[in-house]
Amino acid sequence: MTPDLPAILTRLHAALPTAAIAHLRNPSPSAQDSLLVAPESLVAVCQFLRNTADLDFDLLSNVTGVDWPEPAKADAVAVPPEGTTPLACGFLEVVYHLYSTSLRIGPLVLRTRTTDRAEQVHIPSVVAVYRSAEYQEREIFDLFGVRFTGHPDLRRILMWDEFLDHPMRKDYVAPDDYQYEPTPHDAVLEKAKKYYPTKAEI
Amino acid sequence: MISNPSMPPAASPASKPELDEDQLLHVSLGPQHPSTHGVFRMNVVLDGETVVSLKPVFGYLHRNHEKIAEGVTYLSSMPFTDRLDYICPLTNNWAYAQAVEKLAGIEVPERAEYIRIITAELTRLINHTAFVGFFLGDMGAWGSALMYAFREREKILDLFEDLTGARMMSNFMRFGGCRNDLPDGWAARARVLVDEFPRFLDELENLITGNEILIARTQNIGALPKETLINGGITGPMLRAAGVAYDIRKAEPYGIYDRFKFRIPLGTTGDCYDRLMIRFLELRESLAILRQALDQLPAGAYIHPKAKIRNFKPPVGEAYARIESPKGELGFHLISNGTANPFRYRIRPPSFINLTLLEDMCLGLDLADVVLILGSVDIVLGEVDR
Amino acid sequence: MEHPATTSRPSGPPPTAAWTLPGIGLLKGLAVTATNMIQSYYRKDRMTTVQYPEERATISPNFRNFPFLVYDGSDAMAGMRCTACSICENECPPQCIYIVLDRDENGKSLKRPKVFDIDVSVCMNCGICAEVCPFDSIYMDGEYELSTSDRFGDLLFNKQRLARSTDYHAQLRPLEAAEVAARRKADEEKKLAAQAAKEAKAKADKEAKEKAAKEQAAAE
Repeated sequence: MTPDLPAILTRLHAALPTAAIAHLRNPSPSAQDSLLVAPESLVAVCQFLRNTADLDFDLLSNVTGVDWPEPAKADAVAVPPEGTTPLACGFLEVVYHLYSTSLRIGPLVLRTRTTDRAEQVHIPSVVAVYRSAEYQEREIFDLFGVRFTGHPDLRRILMWDEFLDHPMRKDYVAPDDYQYEPTPHDAVLEKAKKYYPTKAEI
Repeated sequence: MISNPSMPPAASPASKPELDEDQLLHVSLGPQHPSTHGVFRMNVVLDGETVVSLKPVFGYLHRNHEKIAEGVTYLSSMPFTDRLDYICPLTNNWAYAQAVEKLAGIEVPERAEYIRIITAELTRLINHTAFVGFFLGDMGAWGSALMYAFREREKILDLFEDLTGARMMSNFMRFGGCRNDLPDGWAARARVLVDEFPRFLDELENLITGNEILIARTQNIGALPKETLINGGITGPMLRAAGVAYDIRKAEPYGIYDRFKFRIPLGTTGDCYDRLMIRFLELRESLAILRQALDQLPAGAYIHPKAKIRNFKPPVGEAYARIESPKGELGFHLISNGTANPFRYRIRPPSFINLTLLEDMCLGLDLADVVLILGSVDIVLGEVDR
Repeated sequence: MEHPATTSRPSGPPPTAAWTLPGIGLLKGLAVTATNMIQSYYRKDRMTTVQYPEERATISPNFRNFPFLVYDGSDAMAGMRCTACSICENECPPQCIYIVLDRDENGKSLKRPKVFDIDVSVCMNCGICAEVCPFDSIYMDGEYELSTSDRFGDLLFNKQRLARSTDYHAQLRPLEAAEVAARRKADEEKKLAAQAAKEAKAKADKEAKEKAAKEQAAAE
């Protein structure tokens, strides 16, 4: 069952008057609208959603990291309400999908955004509310470079510890350091030639 | 605001008892170890035989499938999903196809829905029988149970080979249906297999469930409270073994699961024995679904006539869809910006998230139990590391 | 929903409290193992392995492995159906197909591949190339004994190595090949009919024009 977002938004506004929350429309046929939550109120919003008996969003199913170098593209996917000033620079986004196992409601989509993609990449961790975010936040830190403040063990998870970049970023360039095998693709073939002697040389 | 009992157990090091660092033994369990089900490693700290800390290490099979998917078309990612949980390619196909169908608003014909359910439940048979074999292997009973399980699995794989062209890498579901129709006589052969399967299950249950060694090794091992499991994102048979009635086939029926009569087996304690038994019970329920689906199989199209194979571009937006895969909740979160390639392609892998509470389950137990608990989680590294 | 969403477990683990003779469960299991071992000597469904390569398991006719290119007629290079449109190259998930379009000296497309390479060490047997091809040109083979000692050279299949006749296709997948042949024949006939109709129309137009010219001349 899809959650009644406007009603939930009203209740959130009543319970957390200082929290900045906006309702974003999803233009696709899936019609999964989302709530954009400011990072500073994220934990409070999650606590409210989990601890309120008739909402009871007890299962944080999925946490997705998204890299948006161009903010206009983000606004096309999750359309902000009329009159919102468009963002100036690219940002990193974290999307949470919440379900209620007892009331069979979901997914409730929450999203939160960093200020930019370089320095201001801090988002509070929700591990204290939802333990299932532990490894998923680590993965987003590893692959996107979002820093989750308050995470108990924020280390790289899929890449090795010495790795420097964040490979899921849109502007990531794979280093030219792996072993190429001669393939029919001439771009790869050219690179491969640098690492392998040609047949005549053997 | 009422207080909720489901706060996770405090993970602070302060709560741990004082230990003499010189007496502790650090064991790197894996990655090349037969009991870790692939290339998975655990950094275990032991006090004698007792586990005082366990940190999983991931990434040995990481190939950044999500990044690869951003560079290819929607259809081209379908064969890559086969390689996530390679024991169950058809449920992976279904989860992905369902997410794209949700994103683009594509209808699926009735016959295709039946074919999907039949293949998905056959996949569950494969996964759970193989699980029983591997689990026994983790306990030291390497051989018999696994060979019997694989012998039966082979019969199902023969059916898959006939239907999809490959035993494991099926690449079968399409956005709006399936790639091809059932070959002649396939449904009758599947029916024979389904009718013969309970006999094998009886045999397998006779082989192990009363075994005193198995009971001694598995009962009261690895159980956690229900609230902790839900909070830790544990789904699938692991969660139901602890008595939480949560199965997406019932909670949010996708496909045409609401047409079939089947039950959700529940455990009581959630220990390793319950996790083993729950698989046996689910196998019987899957057979019930298969019998109904094969009886009701309608004629008609196997793919929506307007489904696009070439030049497929879903509208701008995002969608999250999930299914009850044999290992738990398998979800796909897709973000489209209207081009032929997905802008973001995220998998919610059940094997990976079910490991979140691995340390909590193992603390205070023996090292030999760690192997058993990891086996009871039922992971496939293709899905854990992606 | 008529039936309840959940039920309690239909059957449970044997109650541990009830006392049974120790070892009964073990003996039960051993009986199963013994049955399996003895029956494997005379029951086919108990012993399913075959001794490859002396014996071979039956392979499904739908089994797919690596792609091949179909040609019409007897000359593989002249009769190749492939038009080098690059659709399969773009859709190939692991990007193992490499195509170069053949052009004449003026740079005009000849609608045939100059180079058509498939790196089968990269190919993942998915069959998407065969599925997306609009020219009935590429299909999946069932050949699986391809081991070689030259890792790079012998696993890069060029268009000569990939070419297979229509007869090969018909033998490998009779149903699919018959369907394709019928469709191609129908298309061909349609094309011929359209051409004939076009010619007839042109002829009729010409006659009408001539007639009109004649009439005009007569009127003058």
